[in-house]
Amino acid sequence: MARTLSRARLRAAALTLPLLAFVGVTFIAPLGSMLVRSFHEPHVADALPQTLASLRAWDGASVPSEDTFRILATELRRLDQQRKLGGVATRINRLAGGMRSTIMDTARALRTAEPVSWRETLTATDPAWGDEAAWLAVRRAGERYTMRHYLNALDLDRDSSGNIVAQSPDRRIYLPLLLRTLGVSLAITFICLILGYPVAYLIANASPARANLLLLLVLVPFWTSLLVRTTSWIVLLQNQGVVNDLLVAAGIIGDDGRLALVYNMVGTLVAMTQVLLPFMILPLYAVMRSISPMYLRAASSLGATFWQGFVRVYWPQSLPGVAAGSLLVFILSIGYYITPALVGGRTGQLISNMIAYHMQESLNWGLAAALGVILLLAVMLLYLVYNRLVGIERMRLS
Amino acid sequence: MTGSHGDRNTPARSGRNVLLALLPPALAIWSAGCTTEGITVVSWGGSYEEACSKALFEPFSAETGIEVLVEDFNGGLAQVRAQVETGNVYWDVVDLEMADVVKGCDEGLLEVVDIDEFPSAPDGTAARDDYFAGTYSECGGGGLYASAIFAYNRETFPNKQPSKLEDFFDLAKFPGRRGMRRTPVANLELALMADGVPTDDVYAVLSTPEGVDRAFRKLDAIKAEVVWWETGAQPPQMLADQEVVMSTAFNGRIFNAQVLEGQPFTIVWDGQVLDYGQLAVVAGTPRLEAAKQFLLFASRVESMAAIGRYIAYSPTRRSGMSLISTHAETGVDMRPHMPSAPENLARALRNDPDWWTTHADEMTERFSAWLAR
Repeated sequence: MARTLSRARLRAAALTLPLLAFVGVTFIAPLGSMLVRSFHEPHVADALPQTLASLRAWDGASVPSEDTFRILATELRRLDQQRKLGGVATRINRLAGGMRSTIMDTARALRTAEPVSWRETLTATDPAWGDEAAWLAVRRAGERYTMRHYLNALDLDRDSSGNIVAQSPDRRIYLPLLLRTLGVSLAITFICLILGYPVAYLIANASPARANLLLLLVLVPFWTSLLVRTTSWIVLLQNQGVVNDLLVAAGIIGDDGRLALVYNMVGTLVAMTQVLLPFMILPLYAVMRSISPMYLRAASSLGATFWQGFVRVYWPQSLPGVAAGSLLVFILSIGYYITPALVGGRTGQLISNMIAYHMQESLNWGLAAALGVILLLAVMLLYLVYNRLVGIERMRLS
Repeated sequence: MTGSHGDRNTPARSGRNVLLALLPPALAIWSAGCTTEGITVVSWGGSYEEACSKALFEPFSAETGIEVLVEDFNGGLAQVRAQVETGNVYWDVVDLEMADVVKGCDEGLLEVVDIDEFPSAPDGTAARDDYFAGTYSECGGGGLYASAIFAYNRETFPNKQPSKLEDFFDLAKFPGRRGMRRTPVANLELALMADGVPTDDVYAVLSTPEGVDRAFRKLDAIKAEVVWWETGAQPPQMLADQEVVMSTAFNGRIFNAQVLEGQPFTIVWDGQVLDYGQLAVVAGTPRLEAAKQFLLFASRVESMAAIGRYIAYSPTRRSGMSLISTHAETGVDMRPHMPSAPENLARALRNDPDWWTTHADEMTERFSAWLAR
């Protein structure tokens, strides 16, 4: 009997195997490999093993010996012949801008050169080799395990003696972007709550026919393509757009005093709030529908005003919906980037735009992964705080 | 497992049946992916892809019997890299911006091709000499010029109209908002040219820290009046709505608005930044032969010129300009609309993909920080 039961349990567990395999292949494995990329960079270490070995003994304060020059030249030649040099040069370039062309030019010159002094030949091709900075960059790019992506993602860097220092002011972008992303997400969550709560209340307490109609009004925009909605907001909000035209026609503002409502933070907040509003209203509505109107009636029969009843009886019961809706909107807005990119103008860039840049254009997947990990950690931290404040076990979707 | 023998409806068994039922179609899809009959060419969608379909993909299939499957993407090397690194290559040919061809070639993501195998020009000039200097790479074939220009709506400026690049940066003479693409690429070059740097020196100046500062200072002058755009469809829209008085744009988009939609736009060719792209074969494709055949077909001057009958992008081979004729649908003479038309080249800068491959990260970080300030 016990054996049959356990077998049945095993069979039931086996049924979840496809799902587990699916999650493993499509989620855990790629996530894991990206995580590893954020600190593991074997490319340069594998490509220039002897140069790096010879640099290990180097003091870092003066130009390396002739021997190191010779070893580097030999390895550059080999990589050039194997057509593997570009990838190495790009990676060293990330540590010292300009190194890519230094390395590529040097390799090109080495195709024909048969030097007596390697040091002279290399520094004649590009004077950068006469500067310790170039060699330090090579040595640091050769670290197989590295924290530099995390440092860069936090606008930090290492100076020539290995101390952690702040990035130069005109390259500090990731921390401000991260803070802006979190700030924008919080603001949108808050606005969605203020706007969505009364709507959800209205729907939950309307007659079934009216509730259906109102729900439809919430859902239709939800089913419309994101790009269509975003561009509609541009049409509405732009300088020569519908809203400004109406305000001018009504005489509220002059024709030369048209308001800047799009391509700035206002546009981002308006468009993203509209896009994400259903994610707030639906969980709120689901929870509110289960709150019996009897409670409020009981409160008022005991002498409470509407506000007292709302604050002490209704609001606490709707809190699980508030928690679920807020979390949903917050998490979604943190990863959003199409809408802010289109309507956000100068300040519309969020952290996900930079992650996309490093994934698709610079191919610096290590930095993209580090930025992703930091974003994930920030969200988890906020989640913990949120859990302390609201209590996640109280969250309910219906 | 004796207990389950007679029981035909156990979940495990029906699960296995479902799997078996799915096997034949899965095999069919898999084997279809392995035939050498068709190649997958990845392009940019929209009117550009339509032009390529009519002028390139269909004639190629008709000539060789090799089917061309078209897929869309948004540029960049991310997917190519993912396919090459996992050894699961299902794209064969990708249409890339030049900086990505250079980078992909460097990283070993693209197949090396020999330009000496390319078809020569109608007058017998070897392909190597027929390509404009710097417009081919070791991994690319085909090639078209597209240009970053600025354009304005004639209705906005009924009297005095902008005619040179300096006017774009002159808020006193031409007040009003300007559209610019949210990227440092081409914008830094435009700024330096407008600041008086001769086209030949632009990249040398940009290679010095003072030069970069100078470019950003020039951009500072108009920063408050700039509306930053993201996709190529935005500039014609913003000009039509008079949301901006002038905007940088891709010349092909403005051509479409001018000629197909009759918008009153004028392109200022002075100080244009010629950009270009090439087709490239993804490294390790199982359909290498067919893909290379396609690349050779696309590298013919006639193929390049044929695309210019549908969209205002011109061949990157010298002999191509003489083959440019009229627009296939409207009959408009395409010559004056082409980036490489001699009268449009009076002051023109050719984008240096090599410089950008070296400096893109630095410039992008600096540009983003500058924008946020």
